[in-house]
Amino acid sequence: MLIMRHELLLIVITVILLVVEIFLPNTRKRKIILPAILLMAAVTVIGFFPGTPGILFGGMYQSTQLSMLLKNILNVGVLIIFIQSVDWLKQDQNKEKISEFYLLMLSTLIGMNYMISSGNFLMFYLGLELATIPIAALAAYERFKEKSAEAGVKLIFISALSSGILLYGLSMIYGTTGTMYFADVAPLITGAPLQVLAFIFFFAGMAFKISLVPFHLWTADVYEGSPVNVASYLSVISKGAAVFIFTIILYTVFTKIAVLWSEVLYVIIILTITVGNLFAMRQQNLKRFLAFSSIAQAGFILLGIISQSQVGMTTVIYFVLVYIFSNLGAFGVVGIISNRTGKETINDYDGLYRTNPKLSLVMMLALFSLAGIPPLAGFFGKFFLFTAGAKQGYYILVLIALINTIISLYYYLLVIKAMFLNNSDQPIAYFKSDNYTRLGLILCVAGIVVIGFTSSVYELIYNLSFGLY
Amino acid sequence: MIDFSYTAWILLLPIFLFIVIGLLGNRFKPIVSGIVGTSGLFIIWLLSLVTAYKYFFVLEKAADGSFLKFMAFNMRWLNLTDKLHIDMGVLLDPISVMMLIVITTVSLMVHLYSIGYMHGEKGFSRFFALLSLFSFSMLGLVVATNIFQMYVFWELVGVSSYLLIGFYYTKDSAVAASKKAFIVTRFADLGFLIGILMLSYVTGTFDFITLTGPDSPALTSGQGVWFLGLSTMTWSMIFVFMGGAGKSAMFPLHIWLPDAMEGPTPVSALIHAATMVVAGVYLVARLFPIYVFSAPVALDIVMWVGAFSSIFAAIIACTQYDIKRVLAYSTISQIGLMMFGLGVSGYGGHEGLGYMASMFHLFTHAFFKALLFLGAGAIIHAVHSNYMNDMGGLHKNLPITHATFLIACLAIAGVPPLAGFFSKDEILAAGSERSLLLYWVEMIVSGLTAFYMFRLYFSIFWGKKQEYHQTPHEAPKTMTIPLMILALGALLAGLIPFSNFVTSDRLPFVSHLDMGIAIPAVLVGLTGIVVAAFFYLKETDIPDKVFKALGSFSQAAFHKFYIDELYLFITKKIIFNYISRPVAWFDRHIVDGAMNGLAYITNETSDRIKKLQSGQLQQYALVFISGALLLVLLFVYLWTS
Repeated sequence: MLIMRHELLLIVITVILLVVEIFLPNTRKRKIILPAILLMAAVTVIGFFPGTPGILFGGMYQSTQLSMLLKNILNVGVLIIFIQSVDWLKQDQNKEKISEFYLLMLSTLIGMNYMISSGNFLMFYLGLELATIPIAALAAYERFKEKSAEAGVKLIFISALSSGILLYGLSMIYGTTGTMYFADVAPLITGAPLQVLAFIFFFAGMAFKISLVPFHLWTADVYEGSPVNVASYLSVISKGAAVFIFTIILYTVFTKIAVLWSEVLYVIIILTITVGNLFAMRQQNLKRFLAFSSIAQAGFILLGIISQSQVGMTTVIYFVLVYIFSNLGAFGVVGIISNRTGKETINDYDGLYRTNPKLSLVMMLALFSLAGIPPLAGFFGKFFLFTAGAKQGYYILVLIALINTIISLYYYLLVIKAMFLNNSDQPIAYFKSDNYTRLGLILCVAGIVVIGFTSSVYELIYNLSFGLY
Repeated sequence: MIDFSYTAWILLLPIFLFIVIGLLGNRFKPIVSGIVGTSGLFIIWLLSLVTAYKYFFVLEKAADGSFLKFMAFNMRWLNLTDKLHIDMGVLLDPISVMMLIVITTVSLMVHLYSIGYMHGEKGFSRFFALLSLFSFSMLGLVVATNIFQMYVFWELVGVSSYLLIGFYYTKDSAVAASKKAFIVTRFADLGFLIGILMLSYVTGTFDFITLTGPDSPALTSGQGVWFLGLSTMTWSMIFVFMGGAGKSAMFPLHIWLPDAMEGPTPVSALIHAATMVVAGVYLVARLFPIYVFSAPVALDIVMWVGAFSSIFAAIIACTQYDIKRVLAYSTISQIGLMMFGLGVSGYGGHEGLGYMASMFHLFTHAFFKALLFLGAGAIIHAVHSNYMNDMGGLHKNLPITHATFLIACLAIAGVPPLAGFFSKDEILAAGSERSLLLYWVEMIVSGLTAFYMFRLYFSIFWGKKQEYHQTPHEAPKTMTIPLMILALGALLAGLIPFSNFVTSDRLPFVSHLDMGIAIPAVLVGLTGIVVAAFFYLKETDIPDKVFKALGSFSQAAFHKFYIDELYLFITKKIIFNYISRPVAWFDRHIVDGAMNGLAYITNETSDRIKKLQSGQLQQYALVFISGALLLVLLFVYLWTS
């Protein structure tokens, strides 16, 4: 049973937290915070112990060195989100339902783990649903706020729509191949029109999760409405997991029609990066801003997928890893400021450096990393993506991506300019962040800096992704 | 095989010191930074000594009796492709170990000295933080295992030198000097980078051991004629040398060094005498086998540039009045001599005498030139002026400075048995075997060196008595002790049987003193000293007369042969007017216009498509479905048909 240990551990701690929650009186719900973080930390650490790859349930579930690494990456991200959300959870309006946050988030994480390990489209679909539905509840967590409730409804509606389309696609795959197992489907993919149709529907479903243009419209509204920590969860963990399984399925199941899907991706990449950037420029609300920035970043990730090689796979994982740290850093700062002052627009950040220099520095590092400025990790992430793309001969695509990097630099710098150069009559007053927030931000900064300098991370991923391609 | 992996600490400690002093220095009293920095460097110095001892005396040698050349520590930093990667590590061979000794010793002395010299200065901790950063960069440069690591540290050295020259950032001249140094060396580094790229393109490796080994790809590839009758390898080595010439202030890239004297004097001693400026010499020595076997033309250029710089700078040094500038030109001249030594050298055994001599001179020069600069610092500290006209008769007021300064002057003038005598003699011996003309040029340089050094010495310590506002007094102990230690080095360093340790092929050989060269060299040196004594021991009008008699030549030398003016003319008049202005016009009207247009279009587009994001869920679903259908249309019908 060691093969499934990531999922089992998560299920165990979910159950523990559920039981504890039942016995805690309403006034003392806050007591659950520390155990929840410690348990998650323990699971994260245990996850890194070397495990044995293997297959369960006749191939429905498969665990490889690569999938373990991916789950570990997700665990680390969730742990940081747990740490970052303490300050917000301690607020009065949330104090009675703190454990709901943990339980719902852990359930989605379990879903993602099953999704990554799936060897069968049914298993994949179950994981996907488990990973999606609780997020809608999370988005509506602050249901007394109109926007939060609206975010929940929008998310559940659009995800239902996308699931429907995805299922339709899967049924057509079953119809043309007669099986749901990845390994059996792969040789039967011929590129017949029905299969192309099936692939596009499957793609649309995934594109919703990764928020690719034109399946992205829900993103900004949901990010803006949901609590910051849920938005950050959506933007890094949920998106990261979807990218991972999407890449795996493209590379293992749809290899035979690689020419087709790389053309689809080609179009989508250009659309996604450009539209994401153009919208990001216009945003005043930082959560919307980060939403569009994360759409553009998703386009960059696809650039790695389209490279169709071991290097491509490696760069995708590396980029997502870096992106998790950078984006969580940015969301962390936005979150703590929003909690303490309720301010969420770029103009509110005018003169932030004078009053809260440390937070401004973290934000600057995170945004620089997202923009891809050396020597931060984000630079290497983009650099590897571009080299991988150029190696496959996608020169025009890389050029368009490069131009978009410059555009993105413009809007990231807008925020940095506001913090460091602009003056304000009423800057955000100085406040002391709590230790959890600090720890979370320190972890992000450490990730941004350290991953950039240690190439061994890249090599580790490279070696593990060998079997896949 | 002894484990040398601890040498990584020689690199890690200084950067750690830099971070600690830089971040925490302001929390404590300034002196704490000084003590932390100095004691940290003391540990690094001990580590270097232990390394040198173990390397030269304990470590077994290769089968043919040569010293080993190996990576003590290496880590892959960036993987560019499967074949091409960038490493960071520590390479040990005789020259890198020798440089470790030179850098840490001088740096330690400068640290100690600075505690006294910089006392009470604003930015005391910043100064020590920057010294640590510089030590880190310089050590990283010399132990580089590959040319790319060397380049990275090479640039770091440039940055830290820039910060140190501009240490008094409120002083306009210091800021201008730091900018000048940075720009000139950056310009030269461009050549270095081109050279590296060509070299690695041709050979497919950055690694020094592979590049300079017996089966080096540099010996076989890139040999065909490529451009202007020279091979690719030769051109790449010429470009690499351009970088070296920039850092080592060789003519015509020397113009930054005299101005760099605006920095604090300890900085001049560390950077502009003993360590950074010899980086160019070290670079050529590091790639020496390639120069000798694959790019002899480039080596000839090294020889000519070195010889010309040495005489050129020596002449200017005779006419300057700012004592630090005299020392700066003297440094250019001495480094020219080292370059000359490399340029005339062959490979292996006695053929490689020039190489050995050049490294030997680098070693001894570090001691006496650092001593001269630190001595000059003590003098400036005492009389608050840089100009020798304001000095005179100081030998009673500053006894220790006087004694040590005299030792250094004798050493650089090549008086036996002091350090400079031995190393200079070897260079001259090597030169005489190659070119009689250049041999005599270097002989004249020796005479001029002795002359201007003693001109300096007599004008400062003897000559006319000056009226000082306050009686000059000897510097504090922290400043005089380093002087005495370095004086000991200047006295004794020449006695080291250098050819037993550092040679071109790492095989020890026995070198003899060539009396036929040593005697005339000493005589020329003594003549220089006597002439200087005749001119400057007592206040006379002889110097003025001679200066006038030489007419326009001495005027030209006084104005440093108008090289600075020439650069200004080229940059301001020609480049700015005829190239920059039209380019600026094009940039402002065409390029900016196009960019503004693009930005306008981008903004407009994002305005127009804003409506898509309406917040209406029905519309989102509509777009979703139509997007999927559009893709289906595009690919099912177009692609499958």
